[in-house]
Amino acid sequence: MKQHRTIAVLLSIVLQGLGQIYNRQWLKGILFMLLEVAGFIYIAPRLGGAIWGLVTLGEKTQKFVKVGKVAQMVKGDHSIFLILDGLIILFLVFVLLGVYVWNIADAYRNGKLRDEKKAVNTFRQSYEHATTFYFPYFMLALPALGVLFFTIMPIVFTVMLAFTNYSAPDHIPPAKLVDWVGFKTFVDLVKMKSWSHTFVGVLVWTIIWAVLATVTTYFGGILVALLIEQKGIRFRKLWRTIFIIPYAIPQLISLLVMKNLFNGQFGPINQYLGYFGLGGLPWLTDPFWAKVTVITVNMWIGIPVSMVLILGILTSIPRDLYEAADVDGASTLQKFRIITMPFILFSTMPILIMQFAGNINNFNVIFLLTGGNPAKGDYQFAGATDLLITWLYKLTLDNNKYNVASAVGIIIFLIVAIFSIWNFRRSKSFKEEDMIQ
Amino acid sequence: MRKWKNNVRLTLSYALLLLISAVAIYPALWVVLSSLRPGGSLYSEHFWPRQFTLVHYAELFTSKAYLYGTWYLNTLKIAVVTMILSTILVTLSMYALSRFRFRGRKTALTVMLVLGMFPSFMSLIAIYIILLQLNLLDTHMALILVYSAGAALGGFIVKGFFDTIPRSLDEAARIDGASHLQVFAKIMLPLSKPMLTYVALTSFTGVWGDFIFARLVLRTKENWTVAVGMWDLVNSLQNSNFTMFAAGSVLVAIPITLLFIFLQRFLVQGLTSGASKG
Repeated sequence: MKQHRTIAVLLSIVLQGLGQIYNRQWLKGILFMLLEVAGFIYIAPRLGGAIWGLVTLGEKTQKFVKVGKVAQMVKGDHSIFLILDGLIILFLVFVLLGVYVWNIADAYRNGKLRDEKKAVNTFRQSYEHATTFYFPYFMLALPALGVLFFTIMPIVFTVMLAFTNYSAPDHIPPAKLVDWVGFKTFVDLVKMKSWSHTFVGVLVWTIIWAVLATVTTYFGGILVALLIEQKGIRFRKLWRTIFIIPYAIPQLISLLVMKNLFNGQFGPINQYLGYFGLGGLPWLTDPFWAKVTVITVNMWIGIPVSMVLILGILTSIPRDLYEAADVDGASTLQKFRIITMPFILFSTMPILIMQFAGNINNFNVIFLLTGGNPAKGDYQFAGATDLLITWLYKLTLDNNKYNVASAVGIIIFLIVAIFSIWNFRRSKSFKEEDMIQ
Repeated sequence: MRKWKNNVRLTLSYALLLLISAVAIYPALWVVLSSLRPGGSLYSEHFWPRQFTLVHYAELFTSKAYLYGTWYLNTLKIAVVTMILSTILVTLSMYALSRFRFRGRKTALTVMLVLGMFPSFMSLIAIYIILLQLNLLDTHMALILVYSAGAALGGFIVKGFFDTIPRSLDEAARIDGASHLQVFAKIMLPLSKPMLTYVALTSFTGVWGDFIFARLVLRTKENWTVAVGMWDLVNSLQNSNFTMFAAGSVLVAIPITLLFIFLQRFLVQGLTSGASKG
């Protein structure tokens, strides 16, 4: 006896919701049906155009046509809007297909219940069933939609741009069309002298920066934390609160302030150097000193975070370890080397790696402080302190080289992804998450 | 001998602590003093001004060229709405990911992690065009929408926190007949106050600090946020109007810095709960 489930499934395939109605789940069936009708009305007239747009990226450019005596502008195809419109339609189709599959599965399940001579759920029961067993899905639905349309789709869109020739000056819609070019952008980035020189230069500095920025703030944080936690130091809470101030001030503000502090002509830092009879330094205008400045300022901002973190860990080190070490006559340095440091390293390793990955993408410090400058003549649209990420920003917003920018974005992603996934996989919280309790 | 050595160590330590304190406080102090100094220039003869004036603060609100008051209210509005929306979204979704074992859960976690690794403004152009299509450019709605929509991606710390709350608590409540929603509202929420504070605070301050996206979306001066305005102020008139910038900075920094320091305890908990389970 498999009658009911077969009929219900077939009906649901023909028209979403029909199977549910056959199963006498009226309200549910009608809801399904309305959803399909609404989706169909919206998507059907648009789907063909969407696919055409994605494949061809448009065929006509805008041009002036003479109507009588005046030239009139006729709108052409806008390749970039075509990509995005196409994507939105495709994403909607995927969402609706998901609902469609769910509808068929649901028709099957209830048909099966009827075949087994059991009662199907009423709408109220279905609702209760859903909020009990599908509760997590309900909680995740809204955030997931937000992420789908405002994070995933834009990323897919940008990745697609890397395979087009969307860049100034020759391929900017609506005046010109954009075409698919395959991997050409990536090949140019590595092979074309002008691009590859900039790319390699910026990449090397990005990695040097990420290593230095991470290491200096990390060890700086450990040092400050140990200083506070020393035996015999008083007013610990006061020190901690003072040291947390750089972290508490909004980064945007403190970075803009720092930019002024280090101003070569009028800034107070050079003024103080002058008091000691020293000449001012070109803090932000010389390639070498600009690099020193960004790393120093980053320490000022980053050390408090590490300090807070490490203070938390220091309190969790079991006291008896130190007592045992005292009994064995270990010196302070030995205790630090053998107990404290391994403990800190072990518990902060995942965060350290995430900080490294974060520093690769540390846009604010560079952009607000130096803007990537001082400019470098032999670089394409980049300066001496530009990271890949700030270079990407300049390529996009200042120079409209969208395809190169997207390619650089993909490369940044690959670098960061390798570190993070490796880190995530090896971290215990992922592998043995259920073992905590 | 031992005592003498100890004293040297302590003296040195205190000296170092004082030095670090000076470095930590100096920029903030300098900006506050600059904002109270007459004249507009960045350069000043003395660290401690000879005269104090509040004229730059008044100027911020009376000047026709700088709509500082409007920017401030704009930012406050966006920040409050974003804070509420993203706190709700993040806690709901992370609670689901932490407490339930359902199909697609590991995938969801991995997707979250991977998406978090894309440079955030790689999607800038696309979001710009989407907003253009939706007719949302130059509106505050757009900022709120995008900030809140992306909030769930940064929720690992929140998930980590929920993981540490014993599961026996909600199981007991379930046996007593509470629904999932009741368990969440009556048991989990009261327990996660520190985490809620952390999420709310970071999303609130995040809005004050973001200028990249705000600058892209908000075109007219009346709609700007403080961040966009301040950035513009620094870039357009660096030396001539520095004191006004300083006054603006102080007004932005004071409430947020105070919030941070008062809620420090929660922040530390938030940071370390992400760490300790490494």
